Amino acid sequence: MVTNITSFGRSGLSDFIVQRVSAIVIAVYTLCVAGFFLVNPGMTHEALLGYFSSLPMKMFSTLALLSTAAHAWIGMWTVGTDYIRGHYFGAHATVYRMFYQFGCMFVLFVYVLWGLLIFWGI
Amino acid sequence: MASLIVSIYRYDPDQDEAPYMQDTTIELPEGRDPMVLQVLEDLKAADPSLTFRRSCREGVCGSDGINMNGRNGLACITPVSEVAKRGKLALRPLPGLPVIRDLVIDMSQFYKQYEKVQPYLINDTPPPAQERLQSPEDRAKLDGLYECILCACCSTACPSFWWNPDKFIGPAGLLQAYRFLVDSRDTATDERLAVLDDPFSVFRCRGIMNCVSVCPKGLNPTRAIGKIRTMLLQQGT
Repeated sequence: MVTNITSFGRSGLSDFIVQRVSAIVIAVYTLCVAGFFLVNPGMTHEALLGYFSSLPMKMFSTLALLSTAAHAWIGMWTVGTDYIRGHYFGAHATVYRMFYQFGCMFVLFVYVLWGLLIFWGI
Repeated sequence: MASLIVSIYRYDPDQDEAPYMQDTTIELPEGRDPMVLQVLEDLKAADPSLTFRRSCREGVCGSDGINMNGRNGLACITPVSEVAKRGKLALRPLPGLPVIRDLVIDMSQFYKQYEKVQPYLINDTPPPAQERLQSPEDRAKLDGLYECILCACCSTACPSFWWNPDKFIGPAGLLQAYRFLVDSRDTATDERLAVLDDPFSVFRCRGIMNCVSVCPKGLNPTRAIGKIRTMLLQQGT
């Protein structure tokens, strides 16, 4: 077995399932939000605020946000481990990959925190 | 007579600083469509330094896997007309593995991955007097799996194997992994699956099916990989 400490779930099967389940959550959330915009052509700020401020929608938005972060991490991790490798980046590939992974983690952390503040602040 | 420009990847690490493509124009007799291997043999007769692997010349040994006009395949069973485009045929070594010389690649990494899947029957029960019997239905499950000749055309057509040849087992190895996972006489299914459940060995496959597209034996490694994933899912959930 290939060991890896930076993948999302440490297991190929776990990452595989998380990636697919999170994709379904994101797809359903997108349909819900897009559907809301479609059936309400003359959207007002109050209507939008009302839609997103209900408790079920806040929970759904949080789930979609966390799903996006998990999905993005698995995807970015895969891209990084594919391309930031020794034959392209030489002996320091591991250092570059760690910086890349740290950067991705930081950006996702900021997005999640920022999103939570927005969703639960309304 | 029809002219064909054959452009061959040449590299002798003892003499050349870098690989280069060598163009040779050959004449193909009218009404004949030789295999690519025959073209290579004719070129080697004129220039004995040209190096490539070959053995059975009938698609059984898997020695002469090369890249023909961008497509992996066996030179011995590929007619020139099938791969030549606009009177030109570019022959390169299989991509993604180190080149030893000309069209000969170092397949050590490919065999290391093959070795990882323990491509042999494991059965710790006492052996019967004659043989371990298998029903015709169980035997049929091995069809489409045991025929692999390890030519490496599939694994070297796979970007996931190019990027991680040390971690991703690759389509050829995974086809063999499933061949033993599904064998009713094998008792090491759990151990075999446990070795595969990491983010690279199986799950680095993105299902682009390059392996299926180039397999000279018409096998389907992508389907085998899907079956392994299903087995992992059934075991892990």
